[in-house]
Amino acid sequence: MTNNIRGEKPARKPRRLEIPRTAIPEQPAKVRATNFEEVTLGYDQDMAMLEASRCIQCKKPKCILGCPVGIDIAAFIKLIGEGDPAGAIAKLKETTSFPAVCGRVCPQEEQCEQLCILGVKHEPVAIGRLERYAADWEFAHGSSGKPAIAPKKGKRVGVVGSGPAGLTCAGELAKMGYDVTIYEALHKPGGVLVYGIPEFRLPKAIVQRECDYVESLGVEIKLDYVIGRTLTVDQMLENGHDAIFLANGAGLPTFMNIPGENLNGVYSANEFLTRSNLMKAYRFPEYDTPITVGNKVAVIGAGNVAMDSARTALRLGAEVHLIYRRSHDEMPARNEEIHHAEQEGIILDLLANPTQIIGDERGWVHEIEVIDMELGEPDDSGRRRPVPKAGSERRIQVDAVIVSVGTKANPLLTKSTRGLDLNKRGNIVADEHTLETSKEGVFAGGDIVTGSATVILAMGAGKTAARSIDRYLQGQPLLTAEEQDTITGSSRLAGVAS
Amino acid sequence: MGGVVMVLSAQPTLCVRPADGYTVRVPRYPLGHCRGATQAQEENMYKILDRVDYSDDVYVQVIEAPAIAVACQPGQFIILRIDEEGERIPLTIADFDREAGTITIVVQAVGKTTRQLQRLGRGDSLANFIGPLGIPSEIEKVGTVICAGGGIGVAPIYPIARALKDAGNKIISIVAARNQNLLLWEDRMAEISDELIVTTDDGSRGRHCLVTEPLKELCEAGGIDLVYAIGPGVMMKFCAKTTQPYGVKTLVSLNSIMVDGTGMCGACRCSVGGQTKFVCVDGPEFDGHQVDFDQLLARQRQYLPQEKESLDAYLVNVAVTKVA
Repeated sequence: MTNNIRGEKPARKPRRLEIPRTAIPEQPAKVRATNFEEVTLGYDQDMAMLEASRCIQCKKPKCILGCPVGIDIAAFIKLIGEGDPAGAIAKLKETTSFPAVCGRVCPQEEQCEQLCILGVKHEPVAIGRLERYAADWEFAHGSSGKPAIAPKKGKRVGVVGSGPAGLTCAGELAKMGYDVTIYEALHKPGGVLVYGIPEFRLPKAIVQRECDYVESLGVEIKLDYVIGRTLTVDQMLENGHDAIFLANGAGLPTFMNIPGENLNGVYSANEFLTRSNLMKAYRFPEYDTPITVGNKVAVIGAGNVAMDSARTALRLGAEVHLIYRRSHDEMPARNEEIHHAEQEGIILDLLANPTQIIGDERGWVHEIEVIDMELGEPDDSGRRRPVPKAGSERRIQVDAVIVSVGTKANPLLTKSTRGLDLNKRGNIVADEHTLETSKEGVFAGGDIVTGSATVILAMGAGKTAARSIDRYLQGQPLLTAEEQDTITGSSRLAGVAS
Repeated sequence: MGGVVMVLSAQPTLCVRPADGYTVRVPRYPLGHCRGATQAQEENMYKILDRVDYSDDVYVQVIEAPAIAVACQPGQFIILRIDEEGERIPLTIADFDREAGTITIVVQAVGKTTRQLQRLGRGDSLANFIGPLGIPSEIEKVGTVICAGGGIGVAPIYPIARALKDAGNKIISIVAARNQNLLLWEDRMAEISDELIVTTDDGSRGRHCLVTEPLKELCEAGGIDLVYAIGPGVMMKFCAKTTQPYGVKTLVSLNSIMVDGTGMCGACRCSVGGQTKFVCVDGPEFDGHQVDFDQLLARQRQYLPQEKESLDAYLVNVAVTKVA
């Protein structure tokens, strides 16, 4: 701080609120569209400290209410601001096991950052980017040490699925002193973090380190174990598991039921992404699994998975048209993803709905026919219902089609389990607050209960399940009287509101 | 071969005695260290206990996989991956030994993965071996069952035929191949069949005809309650066509391309009775009269250019390694 020439009062430090939200460095769009390296590069220490200094350290911070796992956000940001990333990561790890993942893929704009008080007049603090900074700092500088692990409780818990819900639950239970085994159907742990989210958004080395961390807590991860086939849930209970957490994910891809969907060159987004991410088909022929996109690809849908598919196809060298039946405003993907996709050159073909896929004589995709739509009255979801414009059918020549219109529950596990109640969509019915299922000792959470949702909600479910399983195994009620009161209180309020 | 270190083994070549006396010597290569394997993955290696070569292309491997051996039922399949760079391929379970904890697979070498697998034998390991997958065959007493196996399709039909026999059915087996060198498990099938018919396309053994000829005669004669036909897509297509006029229920086991094999990706989808089914979780067995075989066959050819590219690169690589 220097005095100016006229010897007046020192130039004041810019007020906290005048500091703009710190931009995160990114690979230029043109460059990154040709590689699978991470798109955003992360803050350095100066950027992180500057951004952290924007946090006004509210007495009653609202941001924490928006976090599904309840991270003490103000506290970890304060530590970053003080130049103590080690302290920040330790603070983060009190509540979240996977800050490097959450910092990258959480929809912060709908959660913590949406509630940030700065966002009322200015831009909210970049909480996600700061979380990522702290986590990446730890990876670069070595772990800050293992958390305390409680003495062994002598009880065994089986966790089905090693996605975000399963890993979180297993980690929490291991810290409490339980013997935990995760059963994973695929050959790599991580669930959607490895097969679904592309390398350029979430490097697989990070997922691997998070899984290694969970293993370092004493969790055993059994790969290649398909629960429902290799072993059933009932057999798990018979052979010594005292409790089970089912977190086997959303599962089966849905198609549109239009003609031509089984032509060669038509992929479900799940298949396309699994080939590229899990099997590393983008590195064919170094890796054995092939993937074909041709010159022009149509991606159907506009969620995060559609964006991931479109951006992967682009990186494999195709011109990508994203076809969505509603308008830009209704696109369900995160704004950041849509923005990145547009920057990279994904062509949005909005208000258009596929009616059929037309093949050539060899059974390959040749064209896709779409009909133009216009927005009518709002539907049940509150979004304006798209209505086809009669006679507006047109055809687009494409070499591949990627269908990304959601998933439904995979029946493989649920069908083979006795006494497990399912809803009409085939999802497992679990108590909202305890994640208890209709089957004794069995809890369930994540996408298999909610249908496709987010990584962080699944992690939240993992934490809740760990709490419930701990109480269940100790013979305690699954909810404390206080929690019970909060629930009945809020449902009473909800009752009044409706 | 990416990160896999292939070293020419100093161990003796594997000499085997297949059923038809056809002996093949293939040098054995130990599986090298796999890059990027975690602790869990390294512990997950599945040992190959034995390999028996039936011809230049067809071989049998016995894999140590106790969890699968305990759980599997006739009609189910496994998915394997050789190493870190490997693809996941589905193979039907040809036999299992619950006590020994082993699974037997019969493989026809056609692409890179199956060629690479052909060079592995006792002492080597596979990175991943997953199963049992798919819905087991429905084994019940129905009366007289024809079990028609074409080529290596005889292998998956064997445990089904054995179970059907144990359930009290009369088993008429048709073991078919292009020529006598490709005939598989004639002896094993004879043991569990009430009647055995052998056919070869070139007449080098058994009847000189296609599998469909005796199938048609048997249907014509009547008294057939169920037909199982397993083999290449074309063979199953024509078996189903043959039995359709007689209204004899015909089950086929489809062999589509798969990735995860647990219903997650939909790569294996096919049309059955006008509806899209996933072979991995809805099958692999379907009513042959309902299957759209032309679509199945087209989908099987989806990656032919890439498969060729991959195989060619592998064969060059192997040749270079040998010279070195």
